[in-house]
Order: sequence, then C-alpha cells, then structure tokens
Amino acid sequence: MNHFHFIDRRKNPKGKSLGNRQRFLRRAKVQIKEAVNKSIRDRSVKDLDNGEKITIPSKSTSEPRFRLNPESGERDWVAPGNKEFGVGDKIKKPPKGGGKGGGKDAGDSGESEDSFQFTLTQDEFLDIFFEDLELPNLVKRSLKETKSKAYRRAGISVVGSPTNLNLVRTMRNAHGRRLALKRPSTREMNELKERLFELERIAEPNEAEIAEKLALLTRLQAMEARRRWAPFIDPLDVRYNAYEPTPVPTTAAVMFCLMDVSGSMGEREKDLAKRFYMLLYLFLKRRYERVDVVFIRHTHHAEEVDEETFFYSRQSGGTVVSTALEKMLEIQRARYAASEWNIYVAQASDGYTQSGDAKRCVEILDEDVMPISQYYAYIEILDERELEVFSDKDSGAELWRAYRTFAPKWKTFAQTRIAKPSDIFPVFRELFAKNAREAA
Amino acid sequence: MSALLFADSEWSFDRLKATYNAIEEIALQDLKLDIYPNQIEIISSEQMLDAYSSNGMPLMYRHWSFGKHFARDQTMYQKGFQGLAYEIVINSDPCIAYLMEENTMTMQALVMAHASFGHNHFFKNNYLFRQWTDAEGILAYLDFAKKYIAKCEDEYGLEDVEKILDSAHALMDQGVFRYNRPPRLSEADKLAKAVARAEHEQKTFNDIWRTLPNVEEDDDEAEERQLEVRNIKLPEENLLYFIEKASPVLKPWQRELVRIVRNISQYFYPQKQTKVMNEGCATFVHHYIMNALYDKRLISEGAIMEFLHSHSSVVFQPDFDDPRYSGINPYALGFAMMEDIRRISTEPTDEDREWFPEIAGKGDWRDVLKDAWANYRDESFILQYLSPKVMRDFRLFSLHDDAEESHYEIEAIHDDRGFRRVRETLARQYDLGMHEPNIQVVAADLEGDRMISLRHEMHAGRSLDPKTKEDVLWHVHRLWGHKVKMDEEPA
Repeated sequence: MNHFHFIDRRKNPKGKSLGNRQRFLRRAKVQIKEAVNKSIRDRSVKDLDNGEKITIPSKSTSEPRFRLNPESGERDWVAPGNKEFGVGDKIKKPPKGGGKGGGKDAGDSGESEDSFQFTLTQDEFLDIFFEDLELPNLVKRSLKETKSKAYRRAGISVVGSPTNLNLVRTMRNAHGRRLALKRPSTREMNELKERLFELERIAEPNEAEIAEKLALLTRLQAMEARRRWAPFIDPLDVRYNAYEPTPVPTTAAVMFCLMDVSGSMGEREKDLAKRFYMLLYLFLKRRYERVDVVFIRHTHHAEEVDEETFFYSRQSGGTVVSTALEKMLEIQRARYAASEWNIYVAQASDGYTQSGDAKRCVEILDEDVMPISQYYAYIEILDERELEVFSDKDSGAELWRAYRTFAPKWKTFAQTRIAKPSDIFPVFRELFAKNAREAA
Repeated sequence: MSALLFADSEWSFDRLKATYNAIEEIALQDLKLDIYPNQIEIISSEQMLDAYSSNGMPLMYRHWSFGKHFARDQTMYQKGFQGLAYEIVINSDPCIAYLMEENTMTMQALVMAHASFGHNHFFKNNYLFRQWTDAEGILAYLDFAKKYIAKCEDEYGLEDVEKILDSAHALMDQGVFRYNRPPRLSEADKLAKAVARAEHEQKTFNDIWRTLPNVEEDDDEAEERQLEVRNIKLPEENLLYFIEKASPVLKPWQRELVRIVRNISQYFYPQKQTKVMNEGCATFVHHYIMNALYDKRLISEGAIMEFLHSHSSVVFQPDFDDPRYSGINPYALGFAMMEDIRRISTEPTDEDREWFPEIAGKGDWRDVLKDAWANYRDESFILQYLSPKVMRDFRLFSLHDDAEESHYEIEAIHDDRGFRRVRETLARQYDLGMHEPNIQVVAADLEGDRMISLRHEMHAGRSLDPKTKEDVLWHVHRLWGHKVKMDEEPA
C-alpha cells in the first residue's frame, strides 16, 4: 500500500501572491498611473468607492523571448478535421495579423495583445489618486477608512449565542413557569422520600403503613413524571441580550459644486476642478451617512445640471459668478434646509468675473452663504506661469482680491490658487485638520 | 458489499479517503501503476489562481511577472472567459496534487485518478523526467531559491534583483540543455550543495548568509569557475549556462540568480516535450478508473454521467475551421492514441498487424502502454504509435506553409499515400527544436574585447521575430555587460 495524505490548505493565509502583485504594480507604475488619471476623467465625482478596471499597454510589462517569425520561411504542419481537401489543394491564408498560423506556434502566453487589462482594488486606486494630491498620511488613512457600525443593546431576544445569555431573565422565566406548572420542588420530594425511607425501615409494617407506603410511591412517581414534564429550565425560558447594528449617528450633507464653464475653462482646468470636487466628496462621504451633490454651472447665467453636462458641455457667455451663488441659495432654500443639512460649497473658477460682480459675490457670501455653510472652498485655477506672477497672495484678479478682503472674517472659508493637482489639498487643510482634531 | 462511495455531489474528507482507496486499488492492482506517494491538497479557487500564476509550483520566488499573470488570470476568471483547471499536479516526491474545494465529489474522484495516479505514474516512469529532473529535490530547491532571492532583495534592493531576473527570464527558453546531456554530476552536486546549505541554515538558525555570497568572489571560486568556462566547448546551446559561468560582469549572487532561473527552466523542459503523452496517459488512466469504479457499482449512474460530460469536453477536438480551434488538443490526441494502443494490442485489424507487428495482438495492453509511457516523448511517440485509424478519426491533413505564398498547400491527407507523411509532419511539430529558435553561443572573446557572438541557425528559412529580437538581445547585453553580436544563418 502506498501511503498518501490529504492536507486542507483552504485556511492558509490568503494573498500569497500579494508580494508579486506589489512588484507588478511597482513595475508598471507609470502606465498604471496614466490609466488611473484617465479613469478619473471618466469617473463620476461620487464614484470613488470601487476598484477600477484599468488597461495598460502590454509593452510596458512585456516579457520578450526569442521567437520564430511566423512570416518567414517554410514549414509544414498538421491540422484536424479535413473535410474536402485532397493532395495539392490550396487554401487561402487568413489575413495577416488576425489569423493564427498553425496551432502550436501561435504566441504562448497571450502576449501578442496590445493591451493588458486588470482590476485595481479600491485601496490601490485611491493610493494612486492620492499620490498626486500629496495628502498628509493621516488624512489618507481617514479617507480610506470606512466607518463601522456600532452594536447597541436592543432589548431581549429568544435567539442568540450563548455568550449573550441573559441569566437573570432566563432564570426568572424558568421560575415563573415552574410555579405555573406546579413543578414539585426538590425539597418537597426529599421530604416524601425521607418519610418513605422511614417506612421502609419498619421491619414489620402494619396495613396502614403499607398503604401509606404505596400511596407515597405512587405520589413520588407522579411527581417524578411531572418534574420530567416540567423541567427546571426549558428552552422556552432562555433569553438572550440582543444587539443591533446601528449606524454611527450621522447627519446628511449636501455639497454644492459651483463652476465657471465659460470658454476660458478648458480641459485641464476642468480636470483639476474634478479632483478638487472628488476630494471633498471623499471627505464628506466618510463623515456623513448621506451626501447629496448639486452641480451648478454658470456663465453669465447659472443653472443646475447633471454631472455629465457639468464636466463635459461647454457654454459661451460672459462670466457672472454671483448668479451661481444666487442659484445655490435658491436650491438650498427649496431643498436643503440648513437645520437638517450640513452645507458644503466648493467653487472653482479661473478668477474672472464681470467687473463689479465681485463685490456682489462678497455680499451674498457674507450675508447669506457663510452663515449656513460648514465650509466654503474656493479654488482659482491658473496655469503655472500665472501662478508665479501671482505669487503674492494679495494681488490677483478682482474676485480673488475681493474674497481676500472678507475671508479673515470666516474661519470656514478657504481659498487657494492651483495649477497642478498637488496644489489642491491646502484649500482643505483647515477642514481636514478640524476633522482630525475631532477624531482625536 | 458494493455500497456507493458517494451518493450526492458533496465531498468530505471521509469520502475522499474512501474514494482514494478504491481508486488506488484499481490503479495498483489492476493497472499496476508505479507511483510516488501522494500528497493531496484541498485549496480554494483563489489559491488555485495563486498557483496558476507561479507555474503551478507551491513555492516560488517573488517576481512581478507572476503578479501580472495572476492579475490577468483573475480578470479572465471573474469575467467568466476562462474556467479554472480542475487540477494542478507537481512532479515531485511526494507527488502534490491540488483539488479545488468547489469541485463536486465526482470531479474530486476524477482529479485524483487523473493527477495522483495518471500524471504521477508518468512523472515517475518516463525517461525524460527520470533523467532530467529531480523529483525529490525540487521542493527543497524551490524553497532555497525563494529564500535566497528574498535575501538578495533585502541586501541589494528589489530593482537590482529584478533586473537580473527579468533578463534571465528572457532567456529561459535558451536556458536548457537539449541535445547534450547536462554536465550532470557536477550540476547535481551543486544543487545538492545549495540545498544542503539551505537546510543547514534552517536547522541551525545560524545566519550564515549574513554576508551572503560575498559581493566579490574569492580566488578559489573564481579559479574553479574559470576552469569550468574553459571546459565549455563552443558552440554552446544553453545561453543561460554560458552566461552564468562566463559573464565578465556578473557578481556571484547574480550568477546564482541566473542559475536558479536556468534550473527551473530545465525542470520544466520535459513537461514541454511530453504534453500529449502526459495528458494522454493521465486521461486514459482516469477514464479507465472511473469506468472500473462504475462497473464495481462504487459510483452511481449520476456520477458516471457527470464524469462522461466532463471527460468528453476535455477530449474535445474542434476542427481546424471551427472558431474554437486552437491547435491540436493534447488531451484529445493523447487519449485517442492510448485507447488505440490498447485496441491494437487486443483486437488488431489487418492494417494494424501490418503497421504495428510488434504490438498487434500482443494481448497485454498494460505492458505495451507502460512501455510507451516510459520510453518516449511526444515526437518519438507519435512517430512510433500514431495509427492510420487515429489519423482517419481525426481526419488529419498536412499543410505546407511558405511565407512567400498566399496559399497553404495540402501535402498529404489521411489516405494510404499520406499516412506516413502526415505522421512524420505531426511528429516534427512536437519536436521543440523545430519551433523554438535554435540559438547558440559560437564565440566569446574572454581575453580581448569580451564580445559574445550568438548564432541563430535558421531552419527552413525561418528567421527570428523582429518584434522581440532586439528586446531579448538587450537583456543578453545586460547579463553579459559587453558587446553582443547575433547572426542568423541557414543551418
């Protein structure tokens, strides 16, 4: 007999190939990053909770081997399934590229494809997303963490695990049931038994004693039966402490995305703005159970639109920023009562507005928007060169200067100028710092 | 007495054991197979994917390409484009086979018969495996390789290790001894030494590798290596071997990495040469055993139906013009040939007597098959045993493909005039030397400018694929450190 044995490996730690995966991600980093950036462009602001299927050019991770050129020389090969051919017949070759030559030679590992597709997990995706944004580590962690639900006492239940057994309740029920069912107590039984033993000890019992003995025996038997029928503890008596998962109490938040969509906002500007919104959304997502997003675009006229239109359609017209603020207030009053909703506003613009409008903006902000908002973040998107010109915080376009004057009044107002993804985070610094303080 | 081994599809360890015993009885008493002890491991589908990505080996060093294969297989699997293999089996002593937990009991029985007995017997008996691989040592060696490479990563950084591995991987196909026997003894000694070192370290916890293979080799080692280099007679077909020994720039630890890749490549080489036979043998064995179990009333009608369904899809051979066609299915051809050999041994026709006088009607088909399994590889096996009947059944035909022409020309079909031609062509198709480029080191100027010269001996005018040629040469250059020259010449 040969010996053999079975081994159950299913419980072995998972992710044996994790090290290989990390090496692979590191290896294809540049390409993966490119793919992630592209996918951020295509993604919804709200859609950051999933992993992402990405496609990278396979050239970047190709593993070249010497191969024979299928388009050279001569060879013979055998195929199955001849139906009508005879010797000397000719078959047209399949068009180049698409067809395979003879079974055996065709690429051995599917390397021939131009692209390689695989799925990034949410963590991996966010890591790459965060990379550009240059977030502090603490912030990264708090953004990636999903809040767990808390377990709360939720009364008493008849089902549960032994560790949650409620002893007092169980014993009380058992006691009540025993009384109701008239379960003979052990003491009662013992008394009768004592008497029985006494009677047994009498060497020569008289009639009455014998009768008593018999009566006692029947009674004891009946009591035993009753005790069996009405046990000390019955499954019916058992009670458990019940716990219910309850979400950590959070309230709802609404996030208003305001963006200037006039001609001066190009692809690059919108891409940066999108990251800005995404980051705020991620943050809100972790803090609030429910987050609504409202997209308001404006030129000289503001309107609420869906995300698609927000990012991708263009409009021509002047630029009157205050229209967007008015629109936002209108929507807020109609749908998002400040008593129930936490209000966040994220505004992106290239800094231009009709002359005189800046003053109007500040008025609206100061009087109506800021009092009801949790946080107001404003980014002005410039190109790198402009950013250098405006290195002084006090100089700048009209809107910027106007905001600067009233900003110090409100701790919850933040403004920054950005030209690349890593500039975005500072505008949220105060927000995240607050969050960290609260968490601590 | 004849109670069913299992009545429904759920498996349990008790059922596995009972079924294993029943299978073993048939395999050893009836088929008289000769096997390594079996180690059967139950794994989850994710672990199966893991195993896939590292060539099916239970232990493997870390490298990004395995991560890439895992990611690809996972995507394919999740999309449903690709099922998982039911089994993976490893040529080792004990013979390790994986069973997936998702399999039904019938499938577990099939896999045990197929892998733990069919493949196992083949590994233990086929001459290529016996001569060229070391079933006893492979697991210890992989363990050594994994630890060694991890250690090198710590010491020299991921990137430096990755560079050497990438380059060595590019030459894996040229890292085997094909025609000459490998300098066997000294190599085996080396391997034993390396393994002993690994074991020693494990036993003593004595960190003898604190200094790792010294960054610079000492004089003794250098001299020994020089001697080995002088003993290499050019041309040398094993590029990795030559580079490992003679590269002017590699450090000792880098040589060791190259050697690890080369040894693993050599280990897999027999498997590449025996796909048809190996699968044919395992499929024949599982088919025989499952039917025997049914005949003994040990498995139910439902189980045998399930088995037949699965078996017939395994041995399905699409025609060349079928969209599902992707070459000749080694399971299909192998199984058909094994069954055919049994038929020829027991119920030969006149045609068989003419073609196979040595085995026709010999009676004991078990011996005939076992002899074939032990002494052939795909190429010689087909040349020897492919019968007109199988060629007819598969409707095989042979084509001539000249890259200059717009058409293939039919050279031979399954008729009396064509049988031999078809058979020879098919056999050649399984000769790795014919469709893997034949590249040799023809010269290396070790004293002067240190240029290494490679030559591709073109067969039938087939040149190297320009898409990958330069890339691979770049890797050669990285390992060699000096000029690399490559000529392509007609053989």
